[in-house]
Amino acid sequence: MNRDLTGVRPDPVGDHRPPPTPTAPTRHGRGKRPASPTHPAIWIPALVVAAAMLVPAVFLVVQASELPAARLLALVTSAETVRLTGRTLLLAGSVTSASLLLGVPLAWLTVRSDLPARRFFAVATALPLVIPTYVGGYALVAALAPGGLLQNWFRVRPPSPYGFWGAFTALTLFTFPYVLLTVQASLRGLDPALEEASRSLGRGPLQTFFRVTLPQLRPSAAAGGLLVTLYVLSDFGAVSMLRYSTFTRAVYLQYRAAFDRAPAAMLGLLLVAMTVVFLVLEARVARDRGGQFGVRGSGRAPSRVRLGRWRWPAAALCGAVVIAGLVLPVSVILYWLARGLRAGEPLAAVVGPAGRSLLAAALGASAAVVCAVPVAVWSTRSRSRLARLVERAAFTGYALPGIVVALALVYVGIRTVPGLYQTLAMLGFAYVVLFLPQAVGAIRASLLQVNANVEDAARTLGSSRLAALRRVTLPLARRGALAGGALVFLTALKELPATLLLAPTGYDTLATRVWSATTEAFFARASLPALVLVLLGSVPLAVLMIRERRERDQA
Amino acid sequence: MRTTRATAAVFAALALLAAACGGETTATGEADEPTAAATEEPADEPAGDDGATDDDASSADDDAATDDAEGPLTVYSGRSEELVGEILDGFTDATGIELEVRYGDTAELAATIINEGEASPADVYFGQDAGALGALAAEDRFAALPDELVSKVEPAFASTTGEWVGVTGRVRVLAYNTDTMTEDDVPDSVFDLTDPEWSGRVSWAPTNGSFQAFVTAMRVTEGEDVTRQWLEEMIANDVQVFENNASQVEAVARGEVDVALVNHYYLLRFLAEDPDFPVANKFLPGDIGGLVNVAGVGVVASTDQPDAAEQFVAYLLSDEVQNYFGTETNEREFPAVEGIEATDLPTTEELDPPSVDLSDLEDLQGTLALLQETGALQ
Repeated sequence: MNRDLTGVRPDPVGDHRPPPTPTAPTRHGRGKRPASPTHPAIWIPALVVAAAMLVPAVFLVVQASELPAARLLALVTSAETVRLTGRTLLLAGSVTSASLLLGVPLAWLTVRSDLPARRFFAVATALPLVIPTYVGGYALVAALAPGGLLQNWFRVRPPSPYGFWGAFTALTLFTFPYVLLTVQASLRGLDPALEEASRSLGRGPLQTFFRVTLPQLRPSAAAGGLLVTLYVLSDFGAVSMLRYSTFTRAVYLQYRAAFDRAPAAMLGLLLVAMTVVFLVLEARVARDRGGQFGVRGSGRAPSRVRLGRWRWPAAALCGAVVIAGLVLPVSVILYWLARGLRAGEPLAAVVGPAGRSLLAAALGASAAVVCAVPVAVWSTRSRSRLARLVERAAFTGYALPGIVVALALVYVGIRTVPGLYQTLAMLGFAYVVLFLPQAVGAIRASLLQVNANVEDAARTLGSSRLAALRRVTLPLARRGALAGGALVFLTALKELPATLLLAPTGYDTLATRVWSATTEAFFARASLPALVLVLLGSVPLAVLMIRERRERDQA
Repeated sequence: MRTTRATAAVFAALALLAAACGGETTATGEADEPTAAATEEPADEPAGDDGATDDDASSADDDAATDDAEGPLTVYSGRSEELVGEILDGFTDATGIELEVRYGDTAELAATIINEGEASPADVYFGQDAGALGALAAEDRFAALPDELVSKVEPAFASTTGEWVGVTGRVRVLAYNTDTMTEDDVPDSVFDLTDPEWSGRVSWAPTNGSFQAFVTAMRVTEGEDVTRQWLEEMIANDVQVFENNASQVEAVARGEVDVALVNHYYLLRFLAEDPDFPVANKFLPGDIGGLVNVAGVGVVASTDQPDAAEQFVAYLLSDEVQNYFGTETNEREFPAVEGIEATDLPTTEELDPPSVDLSDLEDLQGTLALLQETGALQ
């Protein structure tokens, strides 16, 4: 629908300007009123959502303020803090760069080239996203540790998985799909005309890619990169398994060790500060300079680039990623499962936990989509700075360690909504606080691919602002809402700290099952729930990709 | 458009399916299938495994109306369901009081109770680290326990102020490879491990809670400087670093290291799987390396069911439960109650644990700082 009207654009999450539209709405006489012309039905809910997202950060400020200023200053400037900052930035920077270097080419290969088994790889390369980092980290250790599986099977002594390289490898493998997915989506929406023009002017495929295609992918790559960076800031699973000290690991150690919570709060606030820096950085990178790729729109599918003799090396690269990020961890899980079966371990029941996992994740995903719509609509359809700030506020919870968010919600929840404390509603809300940016990003992307002229046209034809919103804008956001919902769903499926503390008492899920078995080193017992977790996470991703392709093929 | 609707339908169906197959909260945190094995024979199979019928079990729980108008007793358990699930289920059978158990990390659940304040739903806290128990006591989150309960427990296993009692003890040991060494080859003190002869042959797990409790105890008894020196000398002696106890025991079995600083009970599990497993524990009586850390229980100050909560504590200290922990599980521990001993493990007297007041083990902050400073925690 509306194919003929759509101005397809890449996804400039963080683009500091609205999409360059030929007719910026001037109904309100710019300058007369700085407020955006957005309907209150959008900006009021968006503000409410943003306020809710800031709960953990505000709580951290309150907790940290228990300490005298001198001590806070000493904490912030201590050698240990400086060292942790350096290590954290190093890891986040390296993982983000590697994810971009891996994700962008793979996205291009799986969307735009004649790669062998292209459709299979389009889905399979994204699947490492469903492996929880604590499972992936375990798998890496089990495979690579001295005397581990690789040494036993192949009699080689692999490099030690511990420390920076291990954490870097694990996090890159299991988070680069954020880049892959956003870039794939924007590649599917590109207008082939520019590339065709470049080719007809005698540029080769490689030059065309670097001079024409890549610049158009910058916004979506930056958006995916941001999701990776902030995920790395908040990850505990991989860095604890692979023993690399980051801020988040320090925060967890603090919470587990010291019951003096103010220092942990201070560390959390430093993480928030880092997040702000990354948000600003991303906004700069993603800017569509001068709107040089203005309005596009042609539902035509671009031609596929022939790889020629590069076909098989490219397929080998995709294969290697799938093996390292998916086959290896799944094999380790299967190995534990087989070992457990051989030893006569009774299989843990997974039906109940699976059902509870699905319910909680589906609830979180739906809630996240509902909360994301006003934020996304406002930030894409308004020039106001406030709208931009609201969209950015959504990132705070995402970049904070899960335990920090969970404990903040414990404190605030039990005092403000005691009736909802430790109910599914509370858990769903926690998932929203933790994962909202994933939904906002996807919905923004789908809205940005639609020229705001469509809504103006509806207004011109006599619709009220609200009716135009309801009948034009929201239906256009549906596709992004599904994609965002799927992402939040599979992330919530893996979530641990908030699930342990905020779910109804006794509400055990697949993730908590895996956790409780692995903490006691019962790997065989963890294997079945881990396997089911991976399978359930794959379903929405696979469905999404297949649907996406069917739509393209119909177009 | 059509496909969009189809996908939405898939999501909706998933949610429905989820609700159908166990979306309700279970009353007891996943009841075990009441197998004959659980009730009659010594449990060879570890606790916490459900049969495939856990849904039926949970809906049965939902239907079971309790006479207790106060409703179920809520336990926050930092001990994992794998280790204590079966025992906790037995409480309802013994007393008729329904339990709701929230399993989680010992320290995180302690922090949760502190954050919840007066409104905390928790009636009882069951944790596996004296530091966390001490922290809750220091925050006045525990009600005092009756003397007859506290006096049942060996003095080494209880808080000096009687706000919490130990249930079981885990002792730190040196696990060594029996193919290459005899017990006499292994030193009697962790302080001997800094000798050059042990260079590269010893392992530890600096992020492990029990190891950190041991370092805290060393700081309390030997002082900061001695501890720092020991850590530095161990590192200079090329101590091998592992993530946890289990991986260390496996490394000893492979001969990758000869001696590991671990808790005593991981080995017992491996031996249960394979009696020829080439590792043994050396106990260190009188040495700080032989620290006993406890799993303990306390009644949360804000509970509205103090009687039921005390019944729960009494149940954990009952002979039956103490014997289960000491003799029946694969992960045998030292029963805290005086006069009950564990199978195939030294008696508490033989252990001669270092005289550390376990309540003093809450300064993990200082231990972490020291571990960071010496480079043990990288």
